[in-house]
This record gives sequence, C-alpha cells and structure tokens, in this order.
Amino acid sequence: MTVRVQTADFDVGREIAALRAGDARVGAVASFVGTVRDVNDAAAVTTLTLEHYPGMTEKALEAIVAEARQRFDILDALVVHRVGELKPTDQIVLVVVTGAHRDTAFDACRFLMDYLKTKAPFWKKEDTPDGARWVDARASDDEAAARW
Amino acid sequence: MSTTVDVLYLARLREAFGTAGEALALPAATGVTVADVLALLRARGGAWAAELAEGRAIRIAVNQTMVAHDAPVRAGDEFAVLPPVTGG
Repeated sequence: MTVRVQTADFDVGREIAALRAGDARVGAVASFVGTVRDVNDAAAVTTLTLEHYPGMTEKALEAIVAEARQRFDILDALVVHRVGELKPTDQIVLVVVTGAHRDTAFDACRFLMDYLKTKAPFWKKEDTPDGARWVDARASDDEAAARW
Repeated sequence: MSTTVDVLYLARLREAFGTAGEALALPAATGVTVADVLALLRARGGAWAAELAEGRAIRIAVNQTMVAHDAPVRAGDEFAVLPPVTGG
C-alpha cells in the first residue's frame, strides 16, 4: 500500500506496472485518473492550484486505503495526488487497485475516490477571467461517499 | 511549560484571516474543548465571527486527526481549522 502527495506529474503505465510487478495472484487492475477541466461552474479555468495539509493529508489517505483493504478483498492499492499549480488537461490524481477479480477491484477503486473526495484534506483554487476563487464542496460528493 | 496551542488556518481560511496560523493562549489550564477555542476565535468579530459562525461547514483537526467540538484541547496541541475539502 502506498500513498504519495507530490508536485510532479505521474506516469500511469509505470505506476500500474510497479504496483502489480511479479504478483501472479493479480487478475484485475482497476484505475482512475482525475484531470483538470478548462471549465467549472460556468467559468473558464486557466489554472487550478491544489493545496494540502502536509502530514495530515498523507495520514488521511493511508487511513482511507486501510479502510478499503478492510472492506474489499483486494491485493494492493496506490493513491498519488498532485499539489501545486496545474493547468487544464493536467493529471491531478491516480488511484490503482489490484485484486484477483474485477468486481472487488472496481468497487474498491470507486470507494477510494469517493472517500478521498470527501475526507482527504485537499483544497482547490481556480483562476478564472473574473479572478481567483476557492472551489466549493459539492453535496453530490457527500452523497457518493455515503452510499458506501 | 507551554500554555498555548499551535493554530493553523488552511486554504480559504488562511486568506480570510490573513495568516497561516498563530500561537494561541488557552483560556484555562485544563478542561478546554474545541468549542472553547472556537468561541475564543469567534469573539474577535469580523472575519473570525463570520467564517467560524455556528453552522458553517468547518472541520477541526487536533494533532492531525478530525475531532468533534467536545474533544479536549491541551497545551502544545496542533489545532487546525479546515474548510470543506475539495480534492480529487
């Protein structure tokens, strides 16, 4: 199990290869990549700045991964989340889950993203033509996390 | 012996208060709760009263763990005030 918070970009193929390397028990790899859109709430977004709470954010991510391992019969999981200034089309977050079968891998991947969105201390600030603004939390994200 | 807590303001709150944090003197030596610290900050008025008003979606982490408002706060603790999270 690994969680990383970093400014650098990540290579999805390399991360997946590393997570499942040499493990012949793995029959399913599910992954999710979140990326920066150029529009949010009807405004153009030119830059997205991600902030975290160093120390606590890593601990929160580790707790979320531990919870996923407890709930789902998976083999391993990886969460990589970027911070700092990002541009439209940039990668923000990667979740990878390995398991013996697809159902648990898919479910655990979705669970990890739903929990990450509502429980991990990250904050987004957008630069738009009308100025900078902090992104508001969405009720739909709370609802997505609540179904687990 | 320290009688202060290290208060941290994250993201939007850091900008609203114009500071990333401060050493805050506790109102009493023992028996202080999260609610007591929030009341102390709210009493400053202005942005403090507005941002930390009852009912605002603010989370508190003590020593990097989310806690309820009746949780204890002790000298030397890290007391972080967090806006709703928006990562992912």
